[in-house]
Amino acid sequence: MMTTIETPAPQQSGSVSSGNRLLTLASRYGTFVAFLALILFNVAVTPNFLSLQTLNVNLTQVATIVIVATGMTLVIATGGIDLSVGSLMAIAGALAPMIFMGQFWQVESMALAVALAFLLPVVVAALFGLFNGFLVTRFSIQPIIATLVLFIAGRGIAQVMTNGNLQVFKNEGFQFIALGRIAGIPAQVVLMLVIVAAAWAMIRYTVIGRQIIAVGGNEKAARLTGVPVKRVKLFVYMMSGALAGIAGLIVVARNSASDANLVGLGMELDAIAAVAVGGTLLSGGRANIVGTVLGALVIQLVRYTLLANGVPDAAALIVKAGLIVTAVFIQQRAGRQ
Amino acid sequence: MLLSMQGISKAFAGVPALKSASLEVEPAEVMALVGQNGAGKSTLIKILTGAYRRDEGSISFDGRDVDFSIPAEAQAAGIATIYQEINLAPQRSVAENIYLSREPRRFGLIDHAAMRRGAQAVLKTFNLAIDVDRPVAHFDAATRQMVAIARAVTQNARLVIMDEPTSSLDEREVAILFETIRTLKRSGVAVIFIGHRLDELYEICDRVTIMRDGQTVAKSLMTDMPKMALVRHMLGKELAAFQAIAPDAQPAHRPVRLELDKASAGVRVRDVSLAVREGEISGLAGLLGSGRTETARLIFGADRIERGTMQMEGRERTYREPADAIADGIGLVSEDRKIDGIVPDMSIRENMTLALLPKLKKAGIVDRARQDEIVTRYIRVLGVKCASPDQPIKELSGGNQQKVLLARWLATDPRVLIVDEPTRGIDIGAKSEILKLLRSLADDGLSVLMISSELEELLAAADRVTVLSDGTSVATLSRKDLSEAALLGAMAHQVE
Repeated sequence: MMTTIETPAPQQSGSVSSGNRLLTLASRYGTFVAFLALILFNVAVTPNFLSLQTLNVNLTQVATIVIVATGMTLVIATGGIDLSVGSLMAIAGALAPMIFMGQFWQVESMALAVALAFLLPVVVAALFGLFNGFLVTRFSIQPIIATLVLFIAGRGIAQVMTNGNLQVFKNEGFQFIALGRIAGIPAQVVLMLVIVAAAWAMIRYTVIGRQIIAVGGNEKAARLTGVPVKRVKLFVYMMSGALAGIAGLIVVARNSASDANLVGLGMELDAIAAVAVGGTLLSGGRANIVGTVLGALVIQLVRYTLLANGVPDAAALIVKAGLIVTAVFIQQRAGRQ
Repeated sequence: MLLSMQGISKAFAGVPALKSASLEVEPAEVMALVGQNGAGKSTLIKILTGAYRRDEGSISFDGRDVDFSIPAEAQAAGIATIYQEINLAPQRSVAENIYLSREPRRFGLIDHAAMRRGAQAVLKTFNLAIDVDRPVAHFDAATRQMVAIARAVTQNARLVIMDEPTSSLDEREVAILFETIRTLKRSGVAVIFIGHRLDELYEICDRVTIMRDGQTVAKSLMTDMPKMALVRHMLGKELAAFQAIAPDAQPAHRPVRLELDKASAGVRVRDVSLAVREGEISGLAGLLGSGRTETARLIFGADRIERGTMQMEGRERTYREPADAIADGIGLVSEDRKIDGIVPDMSIRENMTLALLPKLKKAGIVDRARQDEIVTRYIRVLGVKCASPDQPIKELSGGNQQKVLLARWLATDPRVLIVDEPTRGIDIGAKSEILKLLRSLADDGLSVLMISSELEELLAAADRVTVLSDGTSVATLSRKDLSEAALLGAMAHQVE
């Protein structure tokens, strides 16, 4: 027995200037356009660009960044940030070889040891992620400070575990994650695609996915609507930790060696850059997983393009920085309307 | 005449905020400036201090026509403003704050000794002997406020504007503040005192200017203005006559569904008792700052009840989080849609089903078919005007946003619905429709707790009204006792 209520619709705002419209388009499709432009440029300029090998090289190089950046996208969608991912990669990367090389217990079944070498480091990294979330939710520490704790301590933990030694190994089962191929596609690329697809579907179709966006979009309103804000935050930091763990495994498997000083070094910045270039607002409330993938690909392609055309890596860093500035500038301008 | 503002008009995006408002202040007097939310007090003050530009009107200060384009100009002319959230640098010392950006120099360097002496001297005129080298963050709210006032005095302010200066102070601190104001008066400084607690206004102010709907509706000596008249001027009477839609005859006995007994928390809610019965609209009235919204937050678990108890359907409950209250069948449509209500970038669909999501899932995945069905139904029933359910909610008008938020809770099939100023910022036509909707929901058995500043709304729709004054429930009026005079009397806290 409800009554129908009539309210006039709001007047649509008048004509948007063409400059603003261009900015809106740029913020929505800019990353994609940049990606296409880079492909076209390379097809024209870089020799042998259109080859399976080039594709594989680029995808394998970008896989770990994409995996970590996917977790980072979730954290940033809630309005947070996770600086500890690189260090958590080092911890996972240090743990795995220790397990199958028998440093903790005698390895009796290699199959079981390899399975545990995949599982345990990821679980440990997830728990460290949970610790980040705990600091953020329980003590209301700003995420940038809370995750700085493990950014600093995490690499230390990895170094203490390995006594700072380089662990060199050869283990076909474990290294399948980086060197193996599934239907001709590198295993890590398959893993990356699965993770990206899962995260995309989670954001789009699941309750927790919608709650992540709501928490980032308006935390007060989300709480007053019954969204378990703390649990949602714990979840995203845990996911970010777990995904960093997986990326750590890929890196050590690819190198046949684990060096706690180097695994995942600077990864947090690459991941944040991919998210920013991909169009996810750092203030939260949006999670553009596909954008993050494109952002990582654009950064990777720029680097590849410059290197393939004889520009030194140092210069590539400057171009990378320029890209980030441009992306953030376009978003800010488009968001100001 | 120290200050004279005449015929001030200002519109924002075509919506008038001030319509030929005026304000006059004599030297060495304390002028109360009162009015409801949205009456135009802060807009008027912001025009005076140069934060906004006026569309029309004239301002003269100290005998000269002025037109400040930035706050710094007003400051230089002798107008200082002390905001609710005091604008001090909390980690810097008292002396540094008093002389911020005007530090005494010696040989081009800051003369700390002179700064310390000056700060001590000015604070001494307010009978305040504190260590001026300690950061202001170490002191209580009243002292911080006095530091801000001291800063105004050293800037040779002739007029000090205080925006709700007592809102975060306890009684002792209020006494200290009032002593400070009297000291200011003695030295010839005038004060504009924006506040809502009537007792305080009558204690400290000499005259009062009352604003409503962007206009100055009354000016008077405090002593010539009885409390009842002041409240009536503030609340006024809206032209749109609401039809009484609440039934006059009460059913014999309706069980109490939600009951609050002597609840208190913080300084805003001191002792509130109220009951909401099955199938009724229970009103919650009171002036701005009387603790209505805070009471709603307590019931809803957004803040904790410190003392007192709450019963929901006969069982004593303490909610730690809004989620607990929601699980018990309580919903809250909050007062400030932008801050506490909408998730601006999300779609109408997502906003409407946010509270319902946990019940809409199959193995964690949102049941899109059911979601669509619910969203389509409520858009139709409530007449939400939108391009599509996928439109971001921020693009809707206020009234349509409010409907989406109402639908958010109706979809959860609540037992108790708290609506905080449900018709704020909504055009007249939609107002009475929303009231009718709430009435029909109550007739179907829902318990509605309606917070409202508009007397007509309460008189038209409520079965019973509890009146809060300064965080305390001072009266509960049932339908037969409900009248404008009774409500005004209770609000002014003159219960016979």
